[in-house]
Amino acid sequence: MQAFSTDGTFFLFCAGPARGEALVADLTNHLIAITTGFTGASVVLFGAIDGPGDVAVVVRGPDRDVTVRRKTRVAGIWVNSEEVNFGNVPSFYFVAASRPLEEIVSPAIAAFYRLGVTNLEMKPEGMSPSRLADEFVTALVRTQQNARLFPNSLGKVNFIGERLFRTTIEFPANVPTGTYLVQVFLVRDRDVVSGQTTPLVVSKVGIDADVFGFAGRQPGLYGAIAVLTAMVAGWLASLPFRSA
Amino acid sequence: MDIYLPIAEVSVDVFVLLALGGAVGFLTGVFGVGGGFLLTPLLIFIGVPPTVAVASSANQLVGASVSGVLVHWRRGNVDFKMGYVLLAGGLAGSVLGVWIFTLLKRLGQIELTISVCYVVLLGTLGALMMVESIHAQLRLHRPGMRRHKLHQHNWMHGLPLKARFRRSKLYISTLLPIGLGFVVGVFSAILGIGGGFIMVPAMIYMLGMPTSIVPGTSLLQIIFVAANVTLLQAYTNRTVDAVLALVLLVGGVIGARIGSRFGARLRGDQLRLLLALLVLAVAAKLAFDLTARPSDPYSIVWEKP
Repeated sequence: MQAFSTDGTFFLFCAGPARGEALVADLTNHLIAITTGFTGASVVLFGAIDGPGDVAVVVRGPDRDVTVRRKTRVAGIWVNSEEVNFGNVPSFYFVAASRPLEEIVSPAIAAFYRLGVTNLEMKPEGMSPSRLADEFVTALVRTQQNARLFPNSLGKVNFIGERLFRTTIEFPANVPTGTYLVQVFLVRDRDVVSGQTTPLVVSKVGIDADVFGFAGRQPGLYGAIAVLTAMVAGWLASLPFRSA
Repeated sequence: MDIYLPIAEVSVDVFVLLALGGAVGFLTGVFGVGGGFLLTPLLIFIGVPPTVAVASSANQLVGASVSGVLVHWRRGNVDFKMGYVLLAGGLAGSVLGVWIFTLLKRLGQIELTISVCYVVLLGTLGALMMVESIHAQLRLHRPGMRRHKLHQHNWMHGLPLKARFRRSKLYISTLLPIGLGFVVGVFSAILGIGGGFIMVPAMIYMLGMPTSIVPGTSLLQIIFVAANVTLLQAYTNRTVDAVLALVLLVGGVIGARIGSRFGARLRGDQLRLLLALLVLAVAAKLAFDLTARPSDPYSIVWEKP
């Protein structure tokens, strides 16, 4: 279970469709482009199943390391006094299902397929399980929920008739960039019987991507250009004063 | 209309940024200080990450001080020799400052340091300016008071390496402006400010420079210190958002022109009193934020991929 990474699921489900195409699904859009006017995006996932059953959908952003800090009061001032590192936390997480998760899958299956925020593997590094560790996990989840990067509740997968389904995935303006994995599960008799994984790319495009990429690849030159641009702008700004 | 800032990685209303740049530019026009001490806290307030706010303010400051120096230079109010000596100290100070910034960022204490520095600096300075301007107001009503000497002679004038600064009509130890430049350089890097509000009073009261020469000379060295901070921040911490800095500059140009017209109508001591009130208000807000129970004691920082 520990070694079961998102990459693992990807390989697992590559074999999925061979079992008779029990499930097909696709996204209205495979690229979310962050441009200068980006204020968030929504993507519709739609598909069909070949028989009765329920559908669950999980979207995971790229895993990243994260540091959670806690402020305590020291001499009247609130200071970051404790910190805990978490490895490989999904930077974005979304889950939706056609019925409440506990009604359609067993707890073991939900944990195995990481269905639901409580089933995400978030282990504080170098910290044994304790109430304090739990508090940091809760804080991490709450912060992500406030940033609308984790869901507050289970999303809804709607069926249109018996076979066709759809759900809408909302991405806020602060969505992290990278390759996302969209996993769709067909559930029967409290177990996952089929699945499909589709990638979704969130990427900065246009001038923002150029600026960001340039600032990362050539930080010295970027800094020099930023300074020169400001100097020229300052010089231009001083011109109208000459007539005064 | 929202604009996505590529380095800060947040969407901010472009008109809010223009208004912010305009307000800070207005202050520059009225009071002749850079306004960085207000810009950084306000940027943090509207949701720009503190590290990006500090570095981008320095970038904005390069432009604002270039235009300021050019205006003063045309009036002959810049002491280049003094500016370069201050600069030598300032560059060394900003290297140390960026190093401290990087260290504190890693320890997770940079935001606290920025806030505490602001409260202490703004609080002290605001109080001093307030007292001074109230005294000046009172003196107006009692004419015939004896004028003070330009500056007092004390231990500072016994320091070695003396040099003549013709434009400032001074013969003082070069260690004084170098030391002053160094201290301001450290704060510039940590706080994203030009340090005009520390530098200007120190040049008048500590070095004893003529008031007319002070703003232009202070801004001259601020150009280079701010440019150095921008370069070092871009290289070391990758926190300079050039798009943010440019939008702020555009607003600043408009604000500065309105401000300089407005400032010409006010008396000097009235200006200083208003500035003192403003500085104290910012210090009080920041002090409140430090001591009040935070809405969430937890904060998270993602590692860059």
